[in-house]
Amino acid sequence: MSFLDYFRSKKNNTASVAKERLQIIVAHERGQRDMPDYLPQLQQELLDVIRKYVQISDDMVQVDVDRNESCSVLELNVTLPEK
Amino acid sequence: MARIIVVTSGKGGVGKTTTSASISTGLAKRGHKTVVIDFDVGLRNLDLIMNCERRVVYDFVNVIQGEASLNQALIKDKRVETLYILPASQTREKEALTREGVEKVINELSQTFDYIVCDSPAGIEHGAQMALYYADEAIVVTNPEVSSVRDSDRILGILQSKSRRAEMGQDPVKEHLLLTRYNPDRVDRGEMLSVKDVEEILAIPLLGVIPESQVVLNASNQGLPVILEENSDAGQAYDDAVARLLGEDREHRFMTAQKKGFFSRMFKGG
Ligand SMILES: Nc1ncnc2c1ncn2[C@@H]1O[C@H](COP(=O)(O)OP(=O)(O)OP(=O)(O)O)[C@@H](O)[C@H]1O
Ligand SMILES: [Mg+2]
Repeated sequence: MSFLDYFRSKKNNTASVAKERLQIIVAHERGQRDMPDYLPQLQQELLDVIRKYVQISDDMVQVDVDRNESCSVLELNVTLPEK
Repeated sequence: MARIIVVTSGKGGVGKTTTSASISTGLAKRGHKTVVIDFDVGLRNLDLIMNCERRVVYDFVNVIQGEASLNQALIKDKRVETLYILPASQTREKEALTREGVEKVINELSQTFDYIVCDSPAGIEHGAQMALYYADEAIVVTNPEVSSVRDSDRILGILQSKSRRAEMGQDPVKEHLLLTRYNPDRVDRGEMLSVKDVEEILAIPLLGVIPESQVVLNASNQGLPVILEENSDAGQAYDDAVARLLGEDREHRFMTAQKKGFFSRMFKGG
């Protein structure tokens, strides 16, 4: 943090709140935009497979692609119903 | 072959038309034969800013639909020798702009002009997509404010996926950030995103920073592109932006609060 930032941060610095919020939403929206086209279908088929074993609803499976500079990660989150 | 530059933003009212008028005037003033096209079909405004609203006879849509020739529709600017305006239609729907129609007009203009500046309508739908489709370069007009920055990022996504260059797998559209309505005093007080903040979020090269300035409104009241107010801060900032667009290396100005000294600002907490 620079000297000037120190003084800035003492006040009610709404610009830094704005910046943080933007960084989060922009990263999220860029992720959505770069989603491969096959993702919805993939999600549907995964759902069908899982349903062979447990009864889950559509919103209990979440598929995301996380891109880094070196690799992409397919993230699959399945919430299992409570027994 | 003309260089095609779209002035776009996503969000409305951030300064696209103001910028289109000044950038096209600046290019023409440097001797480049330039035409500025108003893509805001239904809501034309560029004619007012360029002071030619009473000389509009035919418009962009008339030309697309073959009701007038390009020469009949083009309006020659009265101040700058090599500048022409192609006004938007005020009565038709945005859907009157088709990809083929726009291409036909742009191809014809390309044969005689050096620069084609496209003033995009707000939004990310059809009209905005038509304005950016044929672009070689994009000036992304952004205000230092959350919704404008977010919309700029969405427009960047469209430039990268739905422009002709993207669809054809050619070199990408060259992107430029133009931060307008900038108020350094408010940035110092922590009330407004800084140039650095916006650059960091959007991650595209900075073409210029146009200060928030009363001169802009005064100029538009008179139908004068603000770049012709050569002694004003906003006019000079636009002139710098044009120079950079043409490859000149100019230091950025108007980014710091001028009136108070550094220390008085620090200690009065201003
Ligand atoms: N640097 C500036 N300082 C002060 N006022 C400005 C500045 N730039 C633009 N404005 C004002 O902001 C308003 C909107 O500008 P403009 O019409 O250029 O925006 P726009 O992006 O073309 O809008 P739309 O999306 O409706 O087409 C106008 O009143 C204009 O005078
Ligand atoms: Mg406009």
